[in-house]
Amino acid sequence: MNSKQKDLVWVFAEQADGELADVGLELLHKARTLADKMKSEVSAILLGENVEHLCETLFSHGADNVYLLDDPELKDFRTQPYANLITRLVAEKKPRVVLFGATHIGRDIAPRVASHTRSGLTADCTELKIETVTIKRVEHPDLLLQIRPAFGGNIIATIISPDVAIQMATIREGVMEMGEPDLKRKGTIISVPVELDPIEVAVRIIEKHQEPSSVNLKGAPIIVAGGYGADTPEKFKHVYELARVLGAEVAGSRAAVDAGLIEPERQVGQTGTTVRPKLYIAIGISGAIQHRAGMQESQKIIAINSDPEAPIFGVAHYGITGNLEEIVPKLIAAYKSQLH
Amino acid sequence: MSLHTIVLVKQVPDTSNISGDVMRPDGTVNRARLPAIFNPEDKDALELALQLKDKYGGRVTTLTMGPPAAANMLRDTLYMGADRAILLSDRRFAAADTLATSYALHKAILNIGDYDLIFSGRQAIDGDTAQVGPQTAEKLGLPQISYTQEIQNLDLKKRTIRARRAIKNGYEILESPLPVLLTVIKDAVTPRPYDVKRLCTYKRALSKFEIQAMVDDSHDLMWVDELTEKVKSENLYIETWNIEDIDADVTMCGLAGSPTKVHKVENVILSGSEFKKVAPSSEGLNEMITELMQDHIFG
Repeated sequence: MNSKQKDLVWVFAEQADGELADVGLELLHKARTLADKMKSEVSAILLGENVEHLCETLFSHGADNVYLLDDPELKDFRTQPYANLITRLVAEKKPRVVLFGATHIGRDIAPRVASHTRSGLTADCTELKIETVTIKRVEHPDLLLQIRPAFGGNIIATIISPDVAIQMATIREGVMEMGEPDLKRKGTIISVPVELDPIEVAVRIIEKHQEPSSVNLKGAPIIVAGGYGADTPEKFKHVYELARVLGAEVAGSRAAVDAGLIEPERQVGQTGTTVRPKLYIAIGISGAIQHRAGMQESQKIIAINSDPEAPIFGVAHYGITGNLEEIVPKLIAAYKSQLH
Repeated sequence: MSLHTIVLVKQVPDTSNISGDVMRPDGTVNRARLPAIFNPEDKDALELALQLKDKYGGRVTTLTMGPPAAANMLRDTLYMGADRAILLSDRRFAAADTLATSYALHKAILNIGDYDLIFSGRQAIDGDTAQVGPQTAEKLGLPQISYTQEIQNLDLKKRTIRARRAIKNGYEILESPLPVLLTVIKDAVTPRPYDVKRLCTYKRALSKFEIQAMVDDSHDLMWVDELTEKVKSENLYIETWNIEDIDADVTMCGLAGSPTKVHKVENVILSGSEFKKVAPSSEGLNEMITELMQDHIFG
């Protein structure tokens, strides 16, 4: 491909108000593994205003280089300045792989960058690999295998982009593990001049309102999650009650979010958050692959379901078959009795 | 000039309704067995467009790329209040990824001509990628407002729109010049029910394929051109475009124009169920909790 280019694997390092999003750091660790296989360097792309101090963190999590675009126009995220500047850089340097967090921001700009550069882009991957793939007796080296559940979770698809120069993917927060930072690692800052046409900054932010999230699924040692089997507010109360007694975070499957029983930030799964708590209690969750992808690495899993054939039991350590309205109060009573 | 809004819509298999017989023995999905529905967020997008039309006048055009059966959904858009419906359908569009899809849609939009706003749902429930909206905007050189929750103001003199969009843990209000593409998230609005009068009228709306099928089935001597003219004169024609109609490059469409390819599809194999069956009794639950406490899972 491009033999002069030493950094073939790039990660968009998302930041807001001078703070890096975890997902960018998680992706740097994955990028490191992919790049090692390609004998390549890893680069991060960082946009913002007065954000140079973040480069050290990016180096410590695996970046060899940081493309730094620092400009007052980039203080707050806006689609066109961000997408267009990244597009120009990608089009010029032609990395083989570009990864974005599947956040509001990543999902907003990655499609535009891919569209302009005619790159392959796969959303919400749950695993990434680098392999040489032979298609019709032609070897395609360094292909990014973009692996994700598809079609209602009944299949796992591996997507490749063999005929284009650049392969892109978005990945949800928590899917890749962050790993420990190496504070001694150093890297190179490559400052990129920021030149924007007035038309690229025509969209204005009139007002912005953000509240610090009270939800911390990734950091919770115990999570109690409800699903379609707890599909009424009355049944879902049992989920909240158990979580309260255990001091756990409440979460839900997509079905619970779609039914309006729980906030979208509390969704666990492929299109939500991936969690690895010490204990995950799944109540009335059937366990479609998209949900399991987001919780199967929990240390211990208790599944409570009325259907003994529910796939959730396939990843559980403890399985209880029966009616959640009877089991959960008994479980609470048993837990309380052992506290004394 | 009056407001013209284009709404991108998609007919999708109802993935929330996958039952056993939809899966083939080899693990692939038999799409034909799934009920086809109007993608929910696209319906919300149409509702937002119709609300703007109610307030500011003008007209709404719906556009879809899909198989001939997608005409059913286009009729739904007419029942709700769309003024014109366009079906982009050609075998050579098949197996398109988001890039090839947005290429075809943007060529169709260029073929429609003048417009002020483009709406679409944030994502379709069969892929959840949320890529086609932004990619179509990029190809048209338009700004975009994704995750739109509400339209706050439209100033047709200054040609600007103000919209509220969801961001992480909050929202922001953006002002964009027209034209702009907006993707709409669910719960932004509640789609209106079908208008009974419009339903009576537009249930007779026909696409080119449907006119052809009627002629083929008819025992009378009917001509496609003649029937098409009649349907058009009654304002009941669902415009049906192929690759040539939108002047698209065939190598950019369908499978050929899709950089992403499916390399491998695997059945989901459930790991063996080695879990401990816990009796739903006080004894069973107590035993489990004791074990978890010994493993230092609690506390």
